[in-house]
This record gives sequence, structure tokens and C-alpha cells, in this order.
Amino acid sequence: MNLLLAGFLILLLSSFVPLFSGRENRVAALSVVIGTILCLIFSSNICLDSLITGGSYEISFRMMIPFANFAIGIDPLSAFFLMPLLLLSALCAVYGMSYMEGKDEGGTSWFFFGMLVLGMSIVVVARNGMLFLIAWEIMTLASFFLVTQDHQKKETRKAGWIYLVASHIGVAFIFAVFAILGRNVDRLDFEMFQVLKSGTTASTAVFIFALIGFGSKAGFIPLHIWLPEAHPAAPSHVSSLMSGIMIKVGIYGLLRTLTFLGMPPLWWGVTLIVIGSSSGILGVLFALAQHDIKRLLAYHSVENIGIIALGIGMGLVGISCGEPVVAVLGFAGGLLHVVNHCIFKGLLFLGAGAVIHETGTGEMDHLGGLMKKMPRTGICFMTGSAAISGLPPFNGFVSEFLIFLSALGGVTSMIIPLSFCSIVVIISLGLIGGLATACFSKAFGTIFLGEPRSEHAAHAKDPDARMTMPMLILAILCLAIGISGGSILLFLGTAVSEVSGLSMTACAIGLRTAAYPLMAIAMLSTLLMVLGLFLFTARRAMPRAHIESKVPTWDCGYAKPEPRMQYTSSSFAQPLTQIFSFFLRTRTKNPDTSETFPRGNSFSTETPDFWQEYIFRPMVAFFAKLSAGIARSDTGRIHIYILYIIITVLILLMWNFFK
Amino acid sequence: MSDFDKFLMAQVGFIAALILSPLIPGIINRTKAVFAGRQGPPLLQLYYDLFKLLRKGAVYSNTTTWVFRAAPIVSLSAVIGVLMLIPCTGATPALISFQGDIIFFAYLFGISRFFTVTAALDTGSAFEGMGASREVLYAALAEPAFLIALSSLACLNNQISITGIFIASTANPFANIAVILLVAVTLTIVLLTENCRVPADDPNTHLELTMIHEVMVLDYGGSDLAYILYGSALKLWAFASILVAIVLPARTGSLFLDSAVFVGGIFIVAVIVGVIESTMARFRLDKIPKMLIAAAALSATALLLTITRG
Repeated sequence: MNLLLAGFLILLLSSFVPLFSGRENRVAALSVVIGTILCLIFSSNICLDSLITGGSYEISFRMMIPFANFAIGIDPLSAFFLMPLLLLSALCAVYGMSYMEGKDEGGTSWFFFGMLVLGMSIVVVARNGMLFLIAWEIMTLASFFLVTQDHQKKETRKAGWIYLVASHIGVAFIFAVFAILGRNVDRLDFEMFQVLKSGTTASTAVFIFALIGFGSKAGFIPLHIWLPEAHPAAPSHVSSLMSGIMIKVGIYGLLRTLTFLGMPPLWWGVTLIVIGSSSGILGVLFALAQHDIKRLLAYHSVENIGIIALGIGMGLVGISCGEPVVAVLGFAGGLLHVVNHCIFKGLLFLGAGAVIHETGTGEMDHLGGLMKKMPRTGICFMTGSAAISGLPPFNGFVSEFLIFLSALGGVTSMIIPLSFCSIVVIISLGLIGGLATACFSKAFGTIFLGEPRSEHAAHAKDPDARMTMPMLILAILCLAIGISGGSILLFLGTAVSEVSGLSMTACAIGLRTAAYPLMAIAMLSTLLMVLGLFLFTARRAMPRAHIESKVPTWDCGYAKPEPRMQYTSSSFAQPLTQIFSFFLRTRTKNPDTSETFPRGNSFSTETPDFWQEYIFRPMVAFFAKLSAGIARSDTGRIHIYILYIIITVLILLMWNFFK
Repeated sequence: MSDFDKFLMAQVGFIAALILSPLIPGIINRTKAVFAGRQGPPLLQLYYDLFKLLRKGAVYSNTTTWVFRAAPIVSLSAVIGVLMLIPCTGATPALISFQGDIIFFAYLFGISRFFTVTAALDTGSAFEGMGASREVLYAALAEPAFLIALSSLACLNNQISITGIFIASTANPFANIAVILLVAVTLTIVLLTENCRVPADDPNTHLELTMIHEVMVLDYGGSDLAYILYGSALKLWAFASILVAIVLPARTGSLFLDSAVFVGGIFIVAVIVGVIESTMARFRLDKIPKMLIAAAALSATALLLTITRG
């Protein structure tokens, strides 16, 4: 525990160095990088210990703030989030060293980067409601300043504004959660919270507020609107961190709140499954319609949060229906997907950052052919794409498989509500998987394969090792978790037990049902890789294998294929976006071809966010109008104000009189 | 039968599938020839083609990278992996079987598709891009239909592995006729779509008319093309065997007879595919997603029937 504190202290101090290092960017970066890595090293021991043995540790200091206590602790749930958090932060920091080189605001940006990491770490270890909220606010503000780093651009300011508003609406609900939980105690320490009985108004209110408050950070539809704005605006190593782990802090908050609530009623799990399937399916559909790589990835975060919600939902429904194995597998799948998404989404954002860094654009329709120019980035991005599509032998498949197992257990359980939920989960996961494969074959294919579509892409090259190494490490982790077989389950049992409230034995029994399948999958995957190697050798051994000729692509007799004739990301996704046009409402600007010899035409499509466009914008407009109406009573004349006061007093008097 | 015998049997069945599957396209083409009143290619045509292609050199486009060369290998090994999960007769287990392998089954096709599609984009050709785009469209809609169909079988037999489903449906055939029928229709539609057959795709035209699967492999030649052709024959075998296992559960007691019925069933499926191709035209492009959604709805009905059967 002391080591952990020391780690946080080092991180804090190292974040302040950039403020004093002036314009010396390198010192600032190095200090934060070292701080993050040391913090990772110092905390790893206690985290692993807690994950494996299930032990929990706590330490507490008095603070001079009402309700507050500097109480932090490590238990399996905290450790489960803290480890990937610090790992990804360290990798993003190393990457950022090279990415931020030569940019002006290096110093302050590194300060906020350090504060963001520190804020998130304290949120997941906080054991006091007030401390939690303070750390939450540090996290939100630090990330806001990182998002608005390019504040000269109008879109960036707009993105930052949306992010700030969305976050603070969320925080209001989190305040309410702690206010209800701590209404009988004078200090908001977690251990003082009594477990609320299920079915009471208080527990229902806490669940709903937590769902809205933490859901707005996690990005549940329709609270996701800040994601597609903020992620593209931020520098890539920051968007990687925000998408990879910061939104998961929202999931952590939700899970932590669940531990304060008793036995979940059925509708909680059902609600999460509904949210999960709509976030998952709509998230991936909107991702398909995008042609900016970072916006596409941002919508994919919504999709993956949906998958996590499906897992947690299966867990809750399993508990409500008295099926511990279904519950354990559901929670395990959801939790493992948190880590997996952290790894592959971190990887993909770093890959997208490398592409933007080298070519200067994230517009997929301007890229192409980068596999030849940036082979290392290309192979890492490909790994991430396969992993996020849930394809074996990568890690995304393992967590989706656990959720599938849970749902299959639910279907065969003969309990009607559980079976219905499981059907929804299976259909959603199947659809999400297929659409995600479509989306990432599009993204990877248009960016890295084919011919360069513009000058930007023609002269790119792989970035230096500080940027490629973090990507490589994450790509290796994708494969390692994918073929680790059941061994990954060793780290899951304690955390699942903590979340589900089931005993460790029950969790172990539940997880054991998944151990053999996962091992078989790992073995079969390895076997197939060996088989692939054999097929490769066999092909080379064929009698005329060495006779190869190089020609232009066969374009059905057309002699001079041109890069502009290639399929673009927009045309690739068009059939799918057309089928789902009811939700997507893509706006198309068609070329004008009325002249005999049309010239100088352009075609463009744009898919604005449905909820922002049709729900939040009208809502905000309504409130703005309402406020303007109220503002009219604010005339600036003193006697009118006195009249207001007299009327108020009169009404109060009359109210008192009639009561 | 001892465990070792079962394992041996599974191996024999696996190898038999590897050897026999190129017959299926031959049977389909022969059926079509009979309908058209032609002589048609010999039954063993695919074997000759594979043999010829393996002895050829290859032509590669300047645009392509290693992704293009890796795709045939990855696809073929993924499909071979699928075959390992499928029992060779209704009554003996598969080479490898575990709880939830029905999911792994579907996702192995996913990895094969990911590589085929990216390889098509790797050529930079507009035609292949178009094929790739349509392939992912159909796959995204066929996948839920397929998973729900498998889930209803799982629920009906209370088994979540392919081997378990096969054995249970042999032990208790036609447990629920309505469910079996609905699932069989869904699986047939998915089989036709996934294997690029009429009415979803037309394997005969490489170009303008269809531009789905055949156009994606336009740039391949030599051994690569042989791998791809062989892989698609294996894929047909895999889908057909699931269909056969549920609608034609062999239960004579004699292992030899059971296997014969199973293989015969697969060949009958091939004949049916041939008949469909001879008597139907390809659907218009925008009708195919509707067909797949209808298939998903049918299998969802089957699943609901199974769950509520009491």
C-alpha cells in the first residue's frame, strides 16, 4: 500500500515538472513518462496480489474537507481496472514523446496528461465518495484541456464545449448517487455505506442515477454524443487513453455502485441488455458510415461499451434468475472485454495517430497503400482490426466468447425471462460481430491497402521506435490474451466475485466451465497457425512456384487502372448504410450532371449523429428559448424587482396561511 | 465403442471429408448440365483443376502486398479448422469438440472472410472492391441468422457443442418437426448465401452480373487459386453436413451404413443446390438482404418455439 502511495506521489510530482520546464518539451515528456512507468511498477505488485488472492487493502488519512477522507484501497475490482489503466498510460506517454515533438504547448499538455492519469487512478482506488468526486473532476478537467489543445480551431472548441457540458451533466447524477448512499453518515466513506435493499425507492434511484451519470462517461447511447466529437479533436495518444481507459472508468463506477446495492431485480439486467444491444448495434452502424478514421474509432468505442454492457447485463439477469454459472460467465466476459477493448482500441488509436502524424490527414478516402510505406504500423493496425472484430485467435474473441457461453447457458436454462434475454444477446453479438468485421475490413483496407489516393499518402513512412514500440507491445498482447487459453481466467475470478457478490467457490465453478473451451480454442488456433505455415511451405514447394510475374491489377481489360478508380471507404459501406438509412440519415451531396458536358463536380456524404441532431439540439434550443423568455422579466428597473419581492412574500404568506 | 475407436473414426471421417469434398461442385455442375440437356463437365473436374493449378506459376499485381498472398492460406486453414469441429457421421464425435464450439465455428468463417475481403481491397481494383463490399453486407446479415439457427438446435437438444447436437439429434430425431423445418430452411438460405450460390450469387459469371465472391478472387492464379477453390469446396461440405445431421439423422446402428447415409445426404444437398440453380434466377441485389433478414426471423421463430415448448 505504501508503495502504491509512493507511486501516486511520484506521478503527482512528475506531472508538475512540465510546468517549470519552460518550452523544453523533451524534459516535460520524459518526466511524465518516467512518473507513469514508476507508478505502474510500484502498483503492479499489490494489484497482482489482490487479483490472485482476492485480498483487499486500505489506507486512510483525514482531510479538511467536509465529508471527505483521503481513503484509498485496492481490492480485486480496483486492481482489475488499475493495471490496464497504468499500462496503457505508460505506453501512450512513450508514444506521445515522439508524437508531441515540435508542438508548442508541450509543457502544459504534459501536465494535463499526468493529471489525467493520476485522476483516473485515484478514481478507481478511492474509498470515499468526496475523494471519488474530486478525482473524477480532475480527470474530467484534465481531459477537457487535452481535448481543446488545438483551441485555435473552431471545431475543437465546439468539441471541447460539448464534452464539458456532457461530463458535468453526468457528474450531477453521480453527486446524487453519493448523496443517497451517504444520507445517514457524516463521512462518505464507502465502508460506511449500508447495502441498500433491492426494490426500495432509494436503490432504484441509485441504480438509475448511476446508469445516467456513469453511462454518460462510458458512452451509452444516447449519452454518447461527446465521444465522436472529443476523440477526433484530441491528440492521438490522448484519444487512445480516453477511449482505451477513461470511458471504462465509467464502467468501473457503475460496477462499484452495484456492490453497494443488494440483490438486483430482473429489470436492472434487462435494462443493461437493452442499452448494450442498442449501443452496440447503433454504435457500429454509425461507425460504418464515417470516413474520418478517428470518428470511426470513437463510434466503435460506443459499440464496445455496448458489448461490455451486454456482459454485465447477462451477469445481473443470471443472478436475478438464480443461475450462478450464467452470471459468472456474463460478468467475466464483460470485465475481460474492458481489458481487451483497452488493449485493441488503444492500439488502433495509436495506429490512426501514426497515420495522421505521417500523412497529415485522417480522411480515409484520401489514404491508401500505406502497407508498403508503413509496414510496421500496418501490421499492428491489422492485428487491432481483427481483434476488435472479435476474430480468433485474438483477444476480442475470448471475451465475446465468454458472453456467448453465458447466453447459450441462458438459452438452454429453461427459465423464460433468462432465455429471452439470452436470445437478444446472441442476436446482438452476432450482428455486431458481422458489422464490425465489415467496418474494419473497410478501415484497414482503404487506409493501408490498394494504391495511395492522394499525395498525402504517397510519401509516408513508418514513425520512429517510440511510436511503433507501444503499438507492437499492444499487438502482441492482443495475440497473447487470445491464445492464452484458460489462464486468463485466473485473474478474473476474484474480480467477478467482488462484482457479483457470489462466493469465490461459485465463481471458480462458473469459470471452470469456460476453461476447457478456451484451452481447446487456444490449441486449435495454434494448430491452425501451424497448418497455415505448412500450407505456405507446400505452396513454395510446388514445381513452378518460383515462376512469378508482376503486372498491373487486372481490371477486366481496362489497360490503365488509376488510384481514383478504387473503391473508397464510403462506397464500400454504401450498401450497408443504405439498408440502415432509417437510423443513419446520411446526407448526400450529389454531383450536378444536368449539363451536356458536366465538369468540376463533387460528391460528398456526411452522417451527423442522430441524437445530437434530432434530440439534443432541439432540446438545447428549447431551453435557450425558455431562458430568453425568462430573461425578458429581467428589466433592470429597481421598482420592478421590488414588485417581484412583494409578490413572492405575498404568495409565501398566503401559502402559510392556507396550510 | 472405445474412446480410441471414436478418435480413429473421427480421423477417418475428417480425411474422408478432405478427399471427397471436391466432388460436391462436380455434382452440382452435373445436375445443372442434366437440367440444361448438356453433357457437362466430368464429376471429377475440380480434382483435375486443382491438380493443374498446383503445377502452375502465379501472376501478382504490382499493387498487392503480403496480405494478398496470405489470404488463401489463412482461408484454407480456417476452413480445415471448421471441418475438425464437425462429426463425420451423425453418431461419432468430431476430432475436436468443446462447449460453445458452435460460436468458434461461425467465427472461423469470420477470419477467413476478413482475409478474403482485405485481399480483394489489396488489389486496388474497383471490381474487387465492389465484390468485397457486397460480401461483408451478406455476411453481416447471414451471421445472426446462422447463430440463431444453431442456438435453437442447441436449445432443442440441450447441447452447446456441434458434436453434442449431432449425437442428440440422432438419438432423438425429429424431436420437434416445426423447429427442425424452420432451422433447415434457415440453414439452406445461409448455405446458399455463404457459398455464393444462386439466388444470392452466381458462381458462373465472374464479372458484371454478380460481382460478389468470384470477382473478389479475380486476381488469383496458380496454387493460390487452387487453395481458394479447394477451400470453397470444403466450406460447402461443412454447411451441408450440418443440414444433413438435422434433417437426415442416421440411426441404423451400423457405423458403415450411418456414414454412407451421411455422405449420401451431403451429395443429395449438392443435387438440391444444383436443382435450385437450374430452376431459379439470381435475385436482384436489394432483395438478398431481405431474404437474409427473413431467414433470421424464421430461425428466431424456431428459437422462440423451442424456448416456450415447456
